[in-house]
Amino acid sequence: MNTATQIFDDAEKGSSLWHDAWLRLRKNKLALFGGSVLLFMVIVALLTPWIAPYSYEAQNLDLGASPPSAAHWLGTDIFGRDVLTQIMYGGRISLAVGFIATAVALVIGVTWGAVAGYVGGRVDAVMMRLVDILYALPFMIFIVLLMVVFGRNILLLFLAIGAVEWLTMARIMRSQVQSLRQQEFVEAAVSVGLSPAAIIRKHVVPNALGPIIVYTTLTIPSVMLLEAFLSFLGLGIQPPATSWGLLISYGAETMEEYPWLLIFPGCALTLTLFSLNFLGDGLRDALDVRGSKD
Amino acid sequence: MALLNVDNLSVSFVTRNGTNKAVDNVSFSVEERQITAIIGESGSGKSVSCYAMLGLVPSPPGRIDGGTAHFQGQDLLALSEAELRAIRGRDIAMIFQDPMTCLNPFMKIGDQLIEPLTLHKGLAKGPAREQAMALLDEVGIRDPQGAMSAFPHEFSGGMRQRVMIAMALINEPKLLIADEPTTALDVTIQAQILKLIAELQTKRDIGVLFISHDLAVVSDIADQIVVMEKGKVVESGQPKAIFDNPQHPYTQKLLAAIPSGQKAADTVVPDPLINIENLRTWFTPTAGAAPVKAVDDVSLQIHRGEVLGLVGESGSGKSTLGRSILRLVPMTGGQISFDGIELSALEGRSLKQFRHRMQMIFQDPYASLNPRMTVYDTLAEPLLLHGLVNKAGLEQAIRELMDNVGLARAFVRKYPHEFSGGQRQRIAIGRALATRPEFIVADEPVSALDVTIQAQILDLLADLTKEYGLTMLFISHDLAVIRQIADRIAVMYHGKLVEEGATAQVFETPQQDYTRSLLDAIPGANAA
Repeated sequence: MNTATQIFDDAEKGSSLWHDAWLRLRKNKLALFGGSVLLFMVIVALLTPWIAPYSYEAQNLDLGASPPSAAHWLGTDIFGRDVLTQIMYGGRISLAVGFIATAVALVIGVTWGAVAGYVGGRVDAVMMRLVDILYALPFMIFIVLLMVVFGRNILLLFLAIGAVEWLTMARIMRSQVQSLRQQEFVEAAVSVGLSPAAIIRKHVVPNALGPIIVYTTLTIPSVMLLEAFLSFLGLGIQPPATSWGLLISYGAETMEEYPWLLIFPGCALTLTLFSLNFLGDGLRDALDVRGSKD
Repeated sequence: MALLNVDNLSVSFVTRNGTNKAVDNVSFSVEERQITAIIGESGSGKSVSCYAMLGLVPSPPGRIDGGTAHFQGQDLLALSEAELRAIRGRDIAMIFQDPMTCLNPFMKIGDQLIEPLTLHKGLAKGPAREQAMALLDEVGIRDPQGAMSAFPHEFSGGMRQRVMIAMALINEPKLLIADEPTTALDVTIQAQILKLIAELQTKRDIGVLFISHDLAVVSDIADQIVVMEKGKVVESGQPKAIFDNPQHPYTQKLLAAIPSGQKAADTVVPDPLINIENLRTWFTPTAGAAPVKAVDDVSLQIHRGEVLGLVGESGSGKSTLGRSILRLVPMTGGQISFDGIELSALEGRSLKQFRHRMQMIFQDPYASLNPRMTVYDTLAEPLLLHGLVNKAGLEQAIRELMDNVGLARAFVRKYPHEFSGGQRQRIAIGRALATRPEFIVADEPVSALDVTIQAQILDLLADLTKEYGLTMLFISHDLAVIRQIADRIAVMYHGKLVEEGATAQVFETPQQDYTRSLLDAIPGANAA
């Protein structure tokens, strides 16, 4: 727009923190790479039923465990199932668990920690003691109870894992907020007349994002491994459905005879992990306005 | 021969963005039994030049490009690190701005003094203890016996600085380097410490190199003044010559920036905008403990259109009083009415809506701006929150604010960290003015700024007060600043209001002893 009413040049236009963060992120090659890999994985996971080379149930018991070949790029498992197909289907579960459970943890944890840290006093005491109690509750018993009461389903798995992971998130957020709350710019926001909710949203949370982002990128892979552990115990995903975690744990059992059963699912998980870390580091730098602007 | 003779010293810092000459061909000297003061604003290289000759500038990024620093005939710059270490602390001692960070918080004062005495002087425990007490006595600590078993946090800032000076004296140095030793102290304490340094210097025959940003402070004690700007010495000479006949434009600017003179008394019609009655704001640090009476039974009126200067030392409750009026801290008792409205009756929504009528400017412009919000966002927030402009009028309103506080429009999308202290304070002032308030509490708004910047911000505040028809409570520990901007003065001491009156009246005929001691402590009072 180039009308006479325009007061600031485009270069001088006010822009949001997120817009600036995106501009900075775009210049970070490694973060872009990480983001693209993750995006690619998500797309593949969504399209798997249509693009997987073999059917999900297809077995070829005669073939047995075979190393990578032209027909089966990543080899087959002991039942003669295509490993690539299994990784693709497993990725659907693993990525869904990783992202959704972490998102649940993020939303609950950040909100909980921010409110407890900002309001302080008795509210803080009650909220954080609740966190302590949940911490003390044996995680397995909690999950088994959930499964017993509600029956086994994948949505519950997301919730159960998310319900455990938010505790640490809440603690990190709370300690960040407690120090931010003392800052004069928060007092300035109070004197301007902002409501506590708006102060938390606009002034506190954006300044506490650094550690939260780093912790989030660490949470996603740990959630994926947690799912594998639960599945291994028979509390999570059940065969023939599969996930990366399950594939890795089966692969580990037979890694001396059939190493490709461990290597390829392991690569998929590792690649995700790297990409997440690159993206997470990039996001943290991008959101830190004090970093070099160009 | 001079005790210390620095000749053509050059220091630079090598960073990714190029080489930055911090000290450029600087020469000065300290005579025996004399005080040389180096004056300059932050970034002028005054501290770097002293640290460099003691080998205390980390390298890299620091680099000494040349020059000599002869101390008792030895060139400090040519010495090895081991030889320097022997001189540092023994022949040359230092004291710093913040004594708290230099003392071990977990060690008793006595032990901290005894340790170097036993280590360096080989004294046994008993004599070391006696000597430590003698030193504490010498630096004016009233109860040396009790002080020996106290921890640093139990002392006030002034007492800690005395302990630091005692520690510096242990090895009977020939040269004492004092880096802004009184900047963090209250004005009456500052006067005492300055007096102490001057006394010790004559008594113990030591030369003193006194680094400060405050010309007024050194005017009383220095024998020689060196003025630095941007790494260069621009002028040096005796205090009288510098004050009476400054040669360099920068020195003239510094002198002009010393707050002086008095605001022409406006005829303020007594028309109370704010009426405070028996205000009490008490804090209870832990449940059951005796409350800290930060503000205790204060009654005060602030009249429409006046600037009321609120003076007091740290801990006097002056900031708490300002924050109580703005309802930023809960009051314990009493009443505050604003334009006839009882403030304590406002809650929740009605309080939030009321807030735009009174705003605050904070001391530290580094802390009072959200580091992740651009100037645009910071200024837009109050405007939009109170519905003062619609989206279409927003840019116009922000531009007006920026023009009014003297910020270039090109800065609109920059973040706080990209600005200097003075510019940030302008942003903070803009934010406070955005809601078109009737009343502003300015809490030490210029204390964190260099003296020339301080003068600019004071001028800006004075102009804006007129332009916006503001009523202002101006809180400061600095009487010279208050005198320049305030119509009336209120003095607080230990949570109580001890004196109140027109500026001229308080300065010329103070009624209370405490006010008188404050006035006597104003640095530079003797020189002027």
